[in-house]
Amino acid sequence: MNEFLHQLASGLALGGVYAIMALALVMIYQATQLVNFAQGEMAMFSTYFAWKLMDSGWPYWRAFAATVLVSFVGGVVIERVVVRPFAKAPVLASVIVFIGLALIFNALAGWLYGYSVTSFDTPFSGRSWFGNVYMSAHESGAVVVSLCVLAFVYAFFRFTPLGLAMRAAAQNPVSSRLVGIRVGWMLAIGWGLAAAIGAVAGMMAAPIVYLDPNMMFGILLYAFAGAVLGGIDNPFGAVFGGFVVGVLGNLLGAYVVGAEVKLSVALAIIIGVLVWRPSGLFGRRLVARV
Amino acid sequence: MAEHEPTLRRVTVAVFVCALAFPFVASGYHLYQGAQVLILAIALLGLNLLTGFNGQISLGHGAFFAIGGYGAAILVAKLGLPYWLAIPVASLVCFGAGFLFGFPALRFGGLYLALATFALAVATPQILSYKGFDAYTGGSQGVSLAKPHAPFGLNLNGDQWLFLFCLLWAAALYWAATNLARGRIGRALIAIRDQPIAAETMGVNAALYKTTCFGVSALYAGVAGGLSAVAVGFVSPDSFGLSLSLSFLVGIVVGGLASLGGVLFGALFIEFVPNIADQLSVNFGESAKALPGAIYGVLLILIMAVAPSGVAGAIQAAIRFLARGARA
Repeated sequence: MNEFLHQLASGLALGGVYAIMALALVMIYQATQLVNFAQGEMAMFSTYFAWKLMDSGWPYWRAFAATVLVSFVGGVVIERVVVRPFAKAPVLASVIVFIGLALIFNALAGWLYGYSVTSFDTPFSGRSWFGNVYMSAHESGAVVVSLCVLAFVYAFFRFTPLGLAMRAAAQNPVSSRLVGIRVGWMLAIGWGLAAAIGAVAGMMAAPIVYLDPNMMFGILLYAFAGAVLGGIDNPFGAVFGGFVVGVLGNLLGAYVVGAEVKLSVALAIIIGVLVWRPSGLFGRRLVARV
Repeated sequence: MAEHEPTLRRVTVAVFVCALAFPFVASGYHLYQGAQVLILAIALLGLNLLTGFNGQISLGHGAFFAIGGYGAAILVAKLGLPYWLAIPVASLVCFGAGFLFGFPALRFGGLYLALATFALAVATPQILSYKGFDAYTGGSQGVSLAKPHAPFGLNLNGDQWLFLFCLLWAAALYWAATNLARGRIGRALIAIRDQPIAAETMGVNAALYKTTCFGVSALYAGVAGGLSAVAVGFVSPDSFGLSLSLSFLVGIVVGGLASLGGVLFGALFIEFVPNIADQLSVNFGESAKALPGAIYGVLLILIMAVAPSGVAGAIQAAIRFLARGARA
C-alpha cells in the first residue's frame, strides 16, 4: 500500500510537468491548429540555459526568472522568424519545420553543453513537506509550481485585456483584426508564453529525469498523450489529461508492464484515445463544412 | 513532364548500369556504404509514396524498418529460414502491421497521424528491448545473423553479392513504385492528398487507398529493414530510435517530396552526412556529434522555405531552364 501511494504521488509530480507541457501545446494548437513538435526541445534548451546561469553562480530563483524571460523572448522571435513564413503552408510543411526546429535545438544543446548527463539543482531541498512521506521535497515543490503556473495562465487569459485579445485572435482572427487586435502579434506572444511555460516544465522535470539533450522526448510524448486524452483544443482537459497520464504511466509502469516500457503506455493511450474518442474527453467534436 | 519521360528513362537505365558496375570497381567498406544507400533509398521510396504522394505524415517509419529488420533476423537466426526468403516474409508482416496502423490513421487528420507515428517512433526501442520478448529479440543485446554468400557458385565475394542483392531489390521496388505512382492509383493517391472531398466525390475509395498505401509504404520499409539486418549482420533496439525515423523524413524532403528518383539523393544525403560528421569528430571531438542534427534541422526549414520540391525539383527546374535556353 505504501509503495502504491508512493507511485501515485510521484506520478502526480510528473503529471504536473506533463500538464504544463500539455498546456503549452494546447496554447499553440488553439491559435494555429498545429502541434509544436519542437516544444520539448525548446524546453530542454531553456533548462540548459538555466543550468548554465546557475553554474556561473546565479542563485536558483534569479536564474529561474531570467530563463523564463529569455524563453519568452526566444519563443516570440522563433514565431516571428521561423514559423510565420509558413503560416499558410499545408500541415505537412509545418510539421517538417517543427521537426527541423527540434533537431536544431537538440544539436545546439549538444554542441554548447555536451551530451553527458548532468544533475540539475532543485530549490526544494531538505526534508519532505508537511510530513508527506510519499513525496520528496522536490516532487511536492514541482506540484506546487505546476499549480501556480496553471493559476497564472488561467488568470492571464481570464482577467487581463491582453489575454482576452489573445483568446479572441485564436477564436476568430478576421473579426479580431476588424476590432483592432494585432492578430499576428497575439500569435507571437502565444509562442512566447508556450516557450516560457515549457521552460518551467523543463526546470521542474530536470531534477527528476536529469539533464541531457534527449531528456524531453519522453516528457513531450506524455504531454502529447495528456493533451490528446483531455482534448487538444481544451486547456482544462489537457491539464487534467497531463495529471492522469502522469499517474497512469507511473502505476502501469510499476505494476503492469514494467518501467522499461513506460513510453509504450503513452503510445497506447494516444492510439487508444484516437481510435475510440478522437476528440478526447473534453474536446469539441470537429465538424467540417464541405 | 511527359516530354521528359524518355530522358528520365534513359537516366534511370544509366544509373542502374553504373550501379551494376559499382561492385567491380569498389570494394570493402565502400561497397557496404553503397548497399546502405540502396537500403535507405528503398525505405525512402516507401515513405515518399505515403507522405509525398498521399500526404499522410509518418514520423515513425523507423518502427516498420525495425519490424522488417527484427522479422528477418529472427526468421534467419531462430527459425533457420534462408535470408532471401526471410526478407519477403518479414516485409509481408510489415504490410500487415502498416495496414492495421493505417486503420486508426484514417480517423486521424494529418496532424494526429504525425502525433501517433511520433509516439510509435519514440516507443519502438523500448518495445524491442521488452523482457517478455527476450527469447526472440535478445533484449537489449539484439540478434546477430551470419552474412550470406553468393549463390549458384557465382564468383563474387560477400560484399559484392550483398550490394547486387540490394540493387536487385531496389530496382524492382523502384519499378513497382513508378508504376504505382504513374497510373490510376497514383492519380487517386495525389487526389486524396490535394482534394480529399473532391476525390471521394469522384468515386475514389479514400479509406481503402489510404490504408493500403500505409501498408505498401510499411512493406517498403520492411524490405529495407530486412536487407539492413542481413547486410549489417546484426539488429539491436538502439538502432531503430526516433533519429532513424526523422532521418527518413529528412531524406524524402531533401530528395524531393513526391519524387521517386529523388530518393537516391535523399539516401546518399542521410548515409553520408552522419559519416562525414563521424570523421570530423576525430578532429573536433564530441561537438561534431551535433553536426548531422544541425544540418538536418537547418536544411528541413530551408528546403521547405525555398525549394519545397528538394533536389529532384531543383534538377528538373535546371533541365527546363537549359531546354528553354537551347530552344531560344
